[in-house]
Amino acid sequence: MENQNLNLLDRALGLDGPSEPWPLSGRVVLIEDCVETSGSFVLHQLVKRSLSPTSSNVIIFVAFANPFSHYDRILRKLGCNLVTQRDNKRFIFFDMLMLRCPDVDEGKSSEGGLVLLYEKILKTICGLPGDKKDYVTIMIDDISLVEVAANGGSDYVLDFLHYCHALTSEFDCSLITLNHEDIYSSMERPTLILQMEYLADILIKAEPLSTGLATDVHGQLTVLNKGTSHRLGRSGNKIHNFHYKVKENTVEYFYPGSRV
Amino acid sequence: MADTICRTLRDGGLEGEHAPALTIKDSKASPFGFDVFNYVLTQLSNHILAGKSQSRGLVVVAYSRSPSFYVDLLKRRGIDIASSHDWIHILDCYTDPLGWKNRLIDKDISQEASSLSSFCQDVRNLDKLYSLIIEQGKGLIGQGKDRFSIAIDLVSEMVRHASISSVAGILSNLRSHDQVSSIFWLLHSDLHEIKFTSVLEYLSSMVASVEPFNQAAFGQRVDLENLSMLEQNFRKGKFHVRFKRRNGRVRVMCEEILVELAGIKFTPVLSEDEIINQRLLPKVQFNLQLSEEERNERAKVVLPFEHQGNGKPIQIYDGRRSLGENKEEALVSTGKLQPDEDSGKGQIIYFRDSDDEMPDSDEDPDDDLDI
Repeated sequence: MENQNLNLLDRALGLDGPSEPWPLSGRVVLIEDCVETSGSFVLHQLVKRSLSPTSSNVIIFVAFANPFSHYDRILRKLGCNLVTQRDNKRFIFFDMLMLRCPDVDEGKSSEGGLVLLYEKILKTICGLPGDKKDYVTIMIDDISLVEVAANGGSDYVLDFLHYCHALTSEFDCSLITLNHEDIYSSMERPTLILQMEYLADILIKAEPLSTGLATDVHGQLTVLNKGTSHRLGRSGNKIHNFHYKVKENTVEYFYPGSRV
Repeated sequence: MADTICRTLRDGGLEGEHAPALTIKDSKASPFGFDVFNYVLTQLSNHILAGKSQSRGLVVVAYSRSPSFYVDLLKRRGIDIASSHDWIHILDCYTDPLGWKNRLIDKDISQEASSLSSFCQDVRNLDKLYSLIIEQGKGLIGQGKDRFSIAIDLVSEMVRHASISSVAGILSNLRSHDQVSSIFWLLHSDLHEIKFTSVLEYLSSMVASVEPFNQAAFGQRVDLENLSMLEQNFRKGKFHVRFKRRNGRVRVMCEEILVELAGIKFTPVLSEDEIINQRLLPKVQFNLQLSEEERNERAKVVLPFEHQGNGKPIQIYDGRRSLGENKEEALVSTGKLQPDEDSGKGQIIYFRDSDDEMPDSDEDPDDDLDI
């Protein structure tokens, strides 16, 4: 970690410390975004950091939104070769774009599909060599599409997320998910996203500026680090807020008003 | 005040009475409910270990955290349950609540259960869950008249897998079981309809709600102005507790919460108690309070049957005539006062046993009734 250029997001997540133990071990991260400010760049940044040469992380990437080539292209620009990492068994890609359950019974098949996905993740983790088993990061892009794949069965999605949460405490792995806040904003009680916020230890929110659009600033990130009790003891609750600008090969993070 | 809650749970319920039940509720704006739950859990555990509580054991129904989390939590608070746990049992509804894991992997994970925890692999079956809780509780306290306490870490999770009425049913049954000394649970109020929260509040003898320190900051887009309020909300909160007394009287208290590295801290509210009490008085069209002058007048009123002790004859105020020469009320006088009316026939000797009780006194005058 010391060799790399650490930005404000890294610092907010505690990635500026020693890379062993991985600061996100055993923790659940939720990235919330909306149409005006997509949060995928945060996910890409976390992929890059997880796969840094100084860490031993293995990523299980569950992709409902885009194919492998999409992530490969983007991460290449950020300086990370996903093909190599995939070959090195550090980046395990689950292509879920075609998740459709062919069974007749609609209700059961939605749950069944998610049970199978959970089984796949569990078996992958258990099948890793001993030294890699403690450094798994599960990433899901994104939860709203998991809900679509489950035919709107948000209860099944919550059950699935619960089991993934149980994996974080059993194997000390991290769970990083992305969801779109504005999809649920019209609901009276947006249970799915609220439940996810309760589950999350770290909440990263990408939203527009309260002052509206700007050319130099694409949006603001608010990082709520709950500092929940985990095996390392308890760290204090911290909140960080800064602006960002997404560029071709990088993302710039800066405090409001610090850009010349 | 959080200590009042813990003391009530520690003291348990009387014979033939429902166990005291505590609902801890929070919301996204102030998500410290779990910290409060852990605080109460730790305090009750300490009381049980010290032999100061009515209950001799504790069953923790864990939906949102693994048993190892609670082992670590209590260990950090100086209670080592890994080595000595004949007083506590954790019912694990977290690891495999729907039996997915059990179906998938070859080994039977229920074999991994230890004497400290056991698995519940079908949280949809609340009857089975009820039996498991009672069975584990009885296993802790053995035969005899001892009792045990129950802690449910997330009722919000419980109601995801069962109907509101069945959850209310199991909580009510647990509360009324004669071997249950006290019970407490946590819920996230913004995940449910008001109906469900109300049902649980109705079932509880104490409702503790965690509220945001700055109400206005919640729900808005972050900017420089509300960022500091958000930061405050992230470390501090308000703690309101509503106690339901046996006689039906309700008492509300308020404290402030500070979430620190070491855990949660409760501090008294900075403003005066009177201000809070005044805000709690219902808004009605008549005046419920006394002014200074009225207070003085009230102090001067001579109570009936009270012995004046000043040599004057006892004047019994029968409501139809004025008390003394000083009174200027125009009351109809229908006859002479007969000070010696009762002599020879009987006497009323009145001893005032206590001074006038102020409205928010801690003592419940009906507590010594043996109903």
